Amino acid sequence: MSAELQSYLILIVVGFLPSEIWRWLGIVLGRGLDEQSEIILWVRGVATALVAAVVARIILIPPGALAGVPLSVRIAALAIGFLAFLFIRRSAFAGVLAGEAALIAGALAFGS
Amino acid sequence: MSTETSEPPPHVSAQVFLDGIVAAVRSVFFYVLVGNYLGLGALAYEVGLNFWWMALSTLLVWAAPAQIILVSTLHTAALFEVALAVTLSSVRFLPMVAAILPMMRRPGVRQRDLLLPMHLTAVSVWVEGMRLLPLMAPERRIAFYNGLGVGLMSAAIIGGAIGFVLAAKLPPLLAAALLFFTPMAILMSSARNSRTLIDGLAFGLGLVVGPVVAAQKIGLDLMWTGLIAGSIAYAVHRLREARRKAGP
Repeated sequence: MSAELQSYLILIVVGFLPSEIWRWLGIVLGRGLDEQSEIILWVRGVATALVAAVVARIILIPPGALAGVPLSVRIAALAIGFLAFLFIRRSAFAGVLAGEAALIAGALAFGS
Repeated sequence: MSTETSEPPPHVSAQVFLDGIVAAVRSVFFYVLVGNYLGLGALAYEVGLNFWWMALSTLLVWAAPAQIILVSTLHTAALFEVALAVTLSSVRFLPMVAAILPMMRRPGVRQRDLLLPMHLTAVSVWVEGMRLLPLMAPERRIAFYNGLGVGLMSAAIIGGAIGFVLAAKLPPLLAAALLFFTPMAILMSSARNSRTLIDGLAFGLGLVVGPVVAAQKIGLDLMWTGLIAGSIAYAVHRLREARRKAGP
């Protein structure tokens, strides 16, 4: 088998299947549930908290080049972005731009 | 809002799919995904992966954390370990799919009609879907969600391709800024979307409980955080409902 074909096979076995299995299981488990049922309210809470945990993890254990920016700068930039979002008409665009500006300014000021 | 339950004719379905793509382009996530996948594409180039491999990994895996793990550990860890890390990072799709699926299911919808929208489900598509789907007639939701998902996935594939090509010229600070797009966009879109007590409370608790659980080093910290913080939020909601019913 060529090395290139092998890399695509690895993508399917190591990347696609381990990830997709949870979507399939979600279809099986979500099939019999009603949109307004109590169990769905709970599942929504779990899913929302999980998504929040993804945010916390990227800030605390960042991937790639983001690890070069100090932790205090990452946390402060997230807080500044969120404050800008709250004060500028709850605009996600404004919040993201303010947070990015704070990250870059902080990394330049406090070393990266 | 229409109350008919019949299948929309094909031309309406195509129109609704296009509406979904328009909603994707108008979402902050479209630009965030371009930016974030620029960083990921650059990472893929650095570790020596193929251009088409990177594009196909977005199409098939469609989960930034899993792809970051895949790209950064593929050449340094045992394949079994990589698969395990990828699967642990994607556990979140189970409750997400189970929570959004009931909005699309109705009589006449077959299991296989749900495979594409559920494959397109990632955090960005899910957050926008949870906000927009309740606003439209049930028979339009699958086509709309498919449009939304295809639109946002296209942004990621385009961003990944640009990042791969630009990789060598990207300064580290810019690469860091690109990777920072994702957590901020999730935070603000979730804050904008949270209309119920459970949503807001679960998100706030998840931010606090996540690092605490991660510090215990018991593994599966995303799943435990979801279960703990999500259950507390649900319990608070039940307590408040009970008090309101028993109230004055």
